[in-house]
Amino acid sequence: MTMFEGILLTIVTAATPLLFVAIGELVSERAGVLNLGVEGMMAVGAVCGFAIAHLSGSPILGIFAAILGGMIMASLFAVVTLIFVANQVASGLALTLFGLGLSALIGDAFVGIPGIGLPKIDIPGLSDIPVIGSLVFGLDPLTYLAVAITIAVSWFLFRTRGGLILRSVGDNHVSAHALGYGVVRVRFMAVLFGGACAGLGGAYLSLVYTPQWTQNMTAGRGWIALALVVFASWLPYRVMIGAVLFGGISILQLHAQGFNVPIPSQFLTMLPYLTTVIVLVLISRNRTLLRINTPACLGQPFVPDR
Amino acid sequence: MRIELIRRPERSSAMSLLSPIIAIVLTVITGFFIFLAIGVDPLEALYIYFIEPLTAWWTVEALLIKAAPIILIAIGLSLCYRSNNWNIGAEGQLVAGAIAGSVFPILVPEWNGPLVLPVMLLMGIAGGMLYGAIPALLKIRFGTNEILTSLMLVYVAQLFLDWLARGPWRNPEGYNFPDSREFDGWQVLPVVFGDDVRLNAIFVLIAVAVAWFVLSRTITGFQISVLGQAPRAAAFAGFSQKRMVLMTFLISGGLAGLAGICEVAGPIEMLRTSVSPGYGFTAIIVAFLGRLNPVGILFAGLLLALSYIGGEGIQIVLGVSDQITRVFQGMLLFFVLTCDTFIFYRVRFVSTRRSAAAEATP
Repeated sequence: MTMFEGILLTIVTAATPLLFVAIGELVSERAGVLNLGVEGMMAVGAVCGFAIAHLSGSPILGIFAAILGGMIMASLFAVVTLIFVANQVASGLALTLFGLGLSALIGDAFVGIPGIGLPKIDIPGLSDIPVIGSLVFGLDPLTYLAVAITIAVSWFLFRTRGGLILRSVGDNHVSAHALGYGVVRVRFMAVLFGGACAGLGGAYLSLVYTPQWTQNMTAGRGWIALALVVFASWLPYRVMIGAVLFGGISILQLHAQGFNVPIPSQFLTMLPYLTTVIVLVLISRNRTLLRINTPACLGQPFVPDR
Repeated sequence: MRIELIRRPERSSAMSLLSPIIAIVLTVITGFFIFLAIGVDPLEALYIYFIEPLTAWWTVEALLIKAAPIILIAIGLSLCYRSNNWNIGAEGQLVAGAIAGSVFPILVPEWNGPLVLPVMLLMGIAGGMLYGAIPALLKIRFGTNEILTSLMLVYVAQLFLDWLARGPWRNPEGYNFPDSREFDGWQVLPVVFGDDVRLNAIFVLIAVAVAWFVLSRTITGFQISVLGQAPRAAAFAGFSQKRMVLMTFLISGGLAGLAGICEVAGPIEMLRTSVSPGYGFTAIIVAFLGRLNPVGILFAGLLLALSYIGGEGIQIVLGVSDQITRVFQGMLLFFVLTCDTFIFYRVRFVSTRRSAAAEATP
């Protein structure tokens, strides 16, 4: 394997967790719910995945535990914001604080234990093709899952009746309600999907990216994923592009640190965060693009009148 | 079974007083079960967490020391949130204030006279304000989401501080520890009360009083509320939304910066790689628990400071991770936000069967 291939591979592994989390948040935002708790859901997913994989010896069980963990966290948020119509921004922050604390509490017993990595898929023959072989056919199964979910979400949102209902709920909840769609029910499911994806993103960190548990191992990735959704102007395929871009930047800074570039490591570590700010500024200058795609009811509470 | 919310004709004043109390009670009850789940005696744990810190004078002092920065920041944040500006980067503005305020005591340590502390405090405030102005200006100029930018800048500030403390500002005589030189003499906040309660406790009282006055007695306070609750009405009244974005971010950034330099010149007495255990985030909870009201924030800040002290106590005595503090804080914010719903809504439980029957016979 050449070094170039190696770098491309690490970019893919850095992009995958972002893709999981961002695509889940995209669905929930398309339904009109701004869930700022992704960082917390991701952390809980990471610790659940690691703990169950360690205790059962099966990384597959760990992944399911991570999905479940993320969904339980998401359901907390959904109950508070959708049924009790609490402020979504503040509730999301609460979910992040709660999730980071809870994951650290659960993970206390698992610090320093080597984790169980997920085996990579290896298709004999195909994986041996130079350059694209390992990049297209030799990845870990979760990366394929992330891409599959992205394609499925794009198809669901723009090619199915269910997707149309979900977008109508996010764009005009009063009309959607008047047409007889259960606004709260649709949103609840969208938030749960977001939680499941965030859990998967977390599991990817603790089972594939660095198979171990450390406190705060999400390191702001949940927030970057939130920015990715804005960057992608709520379109699934652009999330994929954005995830690779941000994955690339975080890998670039790692390699730069490895090559003793004469810039202090702290400044290189800042890069993904600074890039997020710059990208957000650039994207928000294009107001028409945002106006067309931003769900009109994003973050607004809805109380059905009867 | 279904839950229905019915809007009250007017806000319930009983609930607006009761809701924080109900939230606290619910948090304690849930905490009971969490302690049970992790296998410690829940009653003993709750006693250590919530009661024991109040039984000794030195822990009460520790509580006041922790409460001061939290309340200062929360006062500023409450102005932001009232006007619908979501500054969640107070932690970064705190760090910026700590760095800016430390410029003179670290680079010009010989300067040690009565003027040095006021200059440090002003530099700290200015540092926090400048850092808070970044997300505000980006929001005004480009419409960039201030939630994400203010939060991203927290990581940037913390990494910058880390570089300063390990690199150029490290104490050359510090045996390679990542700390700056210790501040001394006039560079340190004077103790005003007890053994270690410093001047920033007075700043807190002033901030609470001024915020209360501004919010309830001035046109600016009125503008803040109108902009938050009815942006269109505010636009027709000619209140400038853009000016308010900048103003609230400058105030909250400045107060966070003040809190930051007061930590560095106060309990810590030096610049380190980390100067705050997340006060900027805790202040968000305090602002909401205090119902965005300055006096409420004063009490809420004391309670959240208790959660820090209690968390430390429980780690020492029972060996439970002090991360339980964040669990409690997150839970409390959840409960507060949920309970706030009952100020504006009544809840009715409808049995699905009966409502289906009612719909069948209109």
